[in-house]
Amino acid sequence: MALDILKIRKDFPILDQKVYGKPLIYFDSAASAQKVLSVLKKEEQLVLEYYGNIHRGAHYMADKATAEFEAVRDSVKNFINARFREEIIFTKGATEGMNLVAFSFGESFINEGDEIILTEMEHHANIVPWQMMAMRRKAVIKVIPFSDDGRLEVEKLDSLITSKTKIIAVAHISNTLGMVNPVKEIIAKAHSHGIKVLVDGAQSVKHFKIDVQDMDADFYSFSSHKMYGPNGVGVLYGKRELLDKMVPYQGGGEMISVVKFEKTTYNSLPYKFEAGTPDITGVIAFGEAVRYLNEMDTDAMISYENSLTCYCMDELKKIKGVIIYGTWKDHSSVISFNIKGIHHYDLAMILDKGGVALRSGRLCADPVMDHYGVSGMLRVSFDVYNTFAEVDSFIVLLKKAIKMLGGAKINE
Amino acid sequence: MTIEEVQLEIIDEFSFYDDWMDKYGYLIELGNDPESLNPDEKKEKYLIDGCQSRVWLIPEYKDGLISFRGESDAIIVKGLVALLLRVLSNRSPSEIIDADLHFIDDLGLKQNLSPTRSNGLVSMIKQMRLYAVAYKELEEAGTKN
Ligand SMILES: Cc1ncc(COP(=O)(O)O)c(C=O)c1O
Repeated sequence: MALDILKIRKDFPILDQKVYGKPLIYFDSAASAQKVLSVLKKEEQLVLEYYGNIHRGAHYMADKATAEFEAVRDSVKNFINARFREEIIFTKGATEGMNLVAFSFGESFINEGDEIILTEMEHHANIVPWQMMAMRRKAVIKVIPFSDDGRLEVEKLDSLITSKTKIIAVAHISNTLGMVNPVKEIIAKAHSHGIKVLVDGAQSVKHFKIDVQDMDADFYSFSSHKMYGPNGVGVLYGKRELLDKMVPYQGGGEMISVVKFEKTTYNSLPYKFEAGTPDITGVIAFGEAVRYLNEMDTDAMISYENSLTCYCMDELKKIKGVIIYGTWKDHSSVISFNIKGIHHYDLAMILDKGGVALRSGRLCADPVMDHYGVSGMLRVSFDVYNTFAEVDSFIVLLKKAIKMLGGAKINE
Repeated sequence: MTIEEVQLEIIDEFSFYDDWMDKYGYLIELGNDPESLNPDEKKEKYLIDGCQSRVWLIPEYKDGLISFRGESDAIIVKGLVALLLRVLSNRSPSEIIDADLHFIDDLGLKQNLSPTRSNGLVSMIKQMRLYAVAYKELEEAGTKN
């Protein structure tokens, strides 16, 4: 079934506007997708009609908010096909999920000399928490490299795994290269050695139909704001038997069972990992984003995003001096590139004034920049609400910007 | 010319362009000016790092005046650097410290100076003022002795 893109765009009213007098072309959904109208309506309704703190009040509003909050847990569980509702932990975003696992798994399972495997294409959010943990636990970090075309060199995994390896943390989709990594294969291999795997799902949760049981990930972390929901909300999925054995990440209200100065006992899952008052409004409104995605024809959406990406990629390749990072076949809706001899920031500034919102700079992935020896890149990312006409306008503007900046000077 | 006069002059020059692309075109022209630093002058100690682009700034203090030379790896930023140098170079430390820089704002280029743009320009202005403060202290220490 073909998608009615113009109708979809009506669900994202922010897109229909001009910036600097030019129609907005929003090509930065990989950084943050725009919020669907029903999410905003839900926030408003909650705040105006029945807001109250959850899990503790003994009154009408608290009960209603609690019921809705917990209902979102169920919809997320179904959305990613988790086995148990207590495997869904609300966080403030993918980053917090990674920090939680690095801390709690680290404290519980990592000892001096143990090894953690990351990849060269991770977002800083899936590097730094592990470095902090490795420092504390005296563990060692190893890295799976990628080749120049962006392909993760999974075949190197065998030589990196040792009897000391405890966990592998890998992005399902790289936010810079747009590569889709073979997480299922990595997980199967890891599990055959008794190694756990965290999948950073920030970029993939909306781009695929995620089935955490089929994937068999031990942890899967993602953010609501990349799937049309509120910012400040995220989800960590973790297998129950693992989460049960892990020490809490933060202490506070909600996560305890009995508090005594001699000894405190902790609450059961998922509350053990949800200390303090969460973003109640955000989580409940996030439920609407999940509903929206559930009602969307996912296959049609993914194939539309892919065709936009391919189209833009083909048009970009026609431009003299273009360098595209991540050309391996397993690609998602993100394209990072540079124009030879032109600074990415110059292009970004001109494109901005032409109404194009894109990302430029180091893209929170210094190791990727270092791999290619560049100081930054430009990145366009596509969502279901983008159009082919927008790609055309972007290409025209990009060519104009290149011309203004003196053409592609091939003399680096 | 005073700092204020130079700023007004720049605002006047830009008033010919009402389109953004033309304003940027003019900045690119300024940025293309061959008067740049030698590669060996682009030393770590002169580097002002932004996550988007980088700026190098070299001060020189002579006869009570501070002159600056600077460059950026991004050409539009280099154009902005050229404008800032036109306004703030060859000034006494006190002039720099007391300067009310409004021209960037008036040109509608303010977002290029927002700290979140992290293109090195905000830090560059801060650095120019810091040099001015340092040279002023030197000056005052000198007169005391
Ligand atoms: C691959 C990847 N991991 C992690 C993150 C961090 O997500 P958040 O900032 O929402 O916690 C992002 C977002 O930019 C990402 O793209």
